[in-house]
Amino acid sequence: MNLCKVLGTVVASEKHPAFHARKMLVVQPLDEHQQPNGKSFLAVDHTSSAGKGAVVLVLREGTGIRQILGDKTLPIRSMIVGVVDQVTVAGSR
Amino acid sequence: MYLGLVIGTVVAHQKVKGLERQRLLVVQPLDHHRQPSGPPEVAVDTVSASPNSLVYLVGSREAALACDPWFVPVDAAIVGLVDEVDV
Repeated sequence: MNLCKVLGTVVASEKHPAFHARKMLVVQPLDEHQQPNGKSFLAVDHTSSAGKGAVVLVLREGTGIRQILGDKTLPIRSMIVGVVDQVTVAGSR
Repeated sequence: MYLGLVIGTVVAHQKVKGLERQRLLVVQPLDHHRQPSGPPEVAVDTVSASPNSLVYLVGSREAALACDPWFVPVDAAIVGLVDEVDV
């Protein structure tokens, strides 16, 4: 799983049925010091409380997502599965 | 998943089984500032997108799951027609 920062939201009118009633957010991967690390991507929000600027935990593995949502056919590849309060890394303060 | 801009269409008269009725579009992947990010690619369309549409896509194995039938050799699928990106 990745630590990411929520950059914003994506609104879509026409969607594949698997994405109906799901909130799509733009997230930026972070390193252990919470600095941007790599390319931004989109993730479905499974926490319903991940707002803009929040640090979140993102699962980037479709099989795990299908297991959580209980549907073996969902074409979802990245999902926010936690809102992070604090990260402590040895050597940082 | 990632953002993209539809920049063209693909017509193929011969396709593998399962892909016969799928619509193929050329898509330029974009970052969250809507700037090009990586080379253009061909994606299956599931939402009736057209050239110049801003869309979002799913890649890899999940792209095939977005298709009907789903056991098809596809690695990018358009799954949303974007109205607004608020970052």
